[in-house]
Amino acid sequence: MSASPAAVSGATPAAPPRPASPEWGRVRAGRRTADKVLVVGCTVATALGAIVLGSILLMLIVQGVQGFSPALFTNVTPGPGTEGGGIANAILGSLVMTALGIVVATPIGVLAGTYLAEYGRASHLANVIRFLNDILLSAPSILIGLFVYTLMVRPMGGYSGWAGAVALAIIATPVIVRTTEDMLRLVPGTLREAGAALGAPLSIVIRSVTWRAAQSGIVTGVLLALARIAGETAPLLFTALNNNSWFSPNLMGGVANLPVMIYQFALSPYENWRQLAWAGALLITITILGLSIVARLVLSGPKGR
Amino acid sequence: MVALSENVAMAARREVARRAPSPVGDRIFRTAAFASALLVLLVLAGILGSIAYGGWPAFQAFGPGFLVSSAWNVGREEYGALVAIIGTLVSALLALVIGVPISLGIAIYLTQLCPGWARRPVSMTIELLAAVPSIIYGMWGLFIFAPLFARFVQIPVSNLVEGLPIVGTLFYAQVPSGVGILTAGIILAIMIVPFVASITRDMLDQIPTVLRESAYGIGCTTWEVVRHVLIPQASVSIIGAVMLGLGRALGETMAVTFVIGNANRLSPSIFDPGSTIASRIANEFNEADGLQLSSLMALGCILFVVTFIVLIIARLLVRRAKVA
Repeated sequence: MSASPAAVSGATPAAPPRPASPEWGRVRAGRRTADKVLVVGCTVATALGAIVLGSILLMLIVQGVQGFSPALFTNVTPGPGTEGGGIANAILGSLVMTALGIVVATPIGVLAGTYLAEYGRASHLANVIRFLNDILLSAPSILIGLFVYTLMVRPMGGYSGWAGAVALAIIATPVIVRTTEDMLRLVPGTLREAGAALGAPLSIVIRSVTWRAAQSGIVTGVLLALARIAGETAPLLFTALNNNSWFSPNLMGGVANLPVMIYQFALSPYENWRQLAWAGALLITITILGLSIVARLVLSGPKGR
Repeated sequence: MVALSENVAMAARREVARRAPSPVGDRIFRTAAFASALLVLLVLAGILGSIAYGGWPAFQAFGPGFLVSSAWNVGREEYGALVAIIGTLVSALLALVIGVPISLGIAIYLTQLCPGWARRPVSMTIELLAAVPSIIYGMWGLFIFAPLFARFVQIPVSNLVEGLPIVGTLFYAQVPSGVGILTAGIILAIMIVPFVASITRDMLDQIPTVLRESAYGIGCTTWEVVRHVLIPQASVSIIGAVMLGLGRALGETMAVTFVIGNANRLSPSIFDPGSTIASRIANEFNEADGLQLSSLMALGCILFVVTFIVLIIARLLVRRAKVA
């Protein structure tokens, strides 16, 4: 949730600049020190954040790049003690499940967001749904994994890519609901009134006026949701699990995917498994950070918002 | 000429016929939107229902004693939640103690101190920290942070405090491997910082500029403006943001599983390995069945209740602040 409102509030006027070279004059030493401590402390805290991000990226690049080879993208994950191998099946599995998840979540999320912003507005029901959606947004993803396990894995008699995709969809939906609603609320009411004055019923006003005006915001929400679910591990552990071969086309049985592969391989005793885990980690992090950056650029794009 | 105008008329009529608003379509759209919104409610109810259903056998077998028993013995089919509950609470509290000051520092830096040109890139850096997947934090914690932590903190501190009362137990590492409850707390702190910092920053941004300007105008230093004007103004929502961070820290799974050491015993030292509810579920779920599976579900149920209470409080605080 932090992402969307944060991006929006970028438009607020900048804080009054701190006086560039304060005239300290007869200001008491204690006040001066407190001020210096604040400046140093805050700068150090921010630098720490940047250092951690830099250190993570450096670690991934140093460890991950040597694992990059054509075989990485063509071979399947090796069995225990087998040499070589790649992560082609995990990459494809992740792509398929993430795509399925987002395909399910997008219409539901956009429609629910539309309900909250256009139909429900300040009604009791809308308030309750909005509140619970916010809670679902920060709910531990492992609980969603347990839910889908009980809902799908047990009745269907085994792990499946479908269960994984449903778990990812449940995680993605609240993100899309929230961003869609926030973005639709930014559309000025006069646009809706203009549409209604032409005789268009509400559903058409929404589809061809409101949605269109909020288009880039809604796309941002979907991209953020995509970035969020692409790296989710915990829910996939109980739903799609992993598999050291190509998954069957009907997605039943374990479906290889990058996050669970990284989890299992990084902690394994086999050198080539760990190498594959690092390569996978680099790949997935670059993808996710790229998606997040693109999402922010879409929002702040052409209109300079 | 005639043909042309006929064409135009026909086209116009077709256009009208095609665009004629149908009340059915309107109703379908409305129903679809309503149903999607209801789905959110259903999913939340479904999560609670399914976990409670799955954990029921364990609650029935062990009764309320499940909460206070520290047993976790697969062979004898004895399970209790105490170790995992304490591990969860302690690691999340450590995360808050470490993470909240850093988050506030970042938020203050971004809103008060940062030069204009650096604002965007610095914000972006902090927000990207939130996008890094949990499992990557786990790898970073285990392979980069833990060895450094063992060498520069655990070993010197253990040597220093050995034999002393209280601190000698609290900060003594029997096996200074770098992993443990404190390591988990630090990694969790790093993970909640971007969330708490960006909400706090938004709240500080919403404070009317006039207030700041008047404080500077009567000769306040930046510290005094922050301490006496900004923090009191935003306090309720900062607490909300902190609770939101707590909610994240309680339920975080993969990063913690990497660095907490996954021990099933209660230890008095925060340098020793432990386990949290989420890490235990992640570790054992796939091999579990019968009563063990249901005990893990019961753990999940406890986690659900605790996190949701925390999140509800958080949302209420943040919301009230936004309206005010």
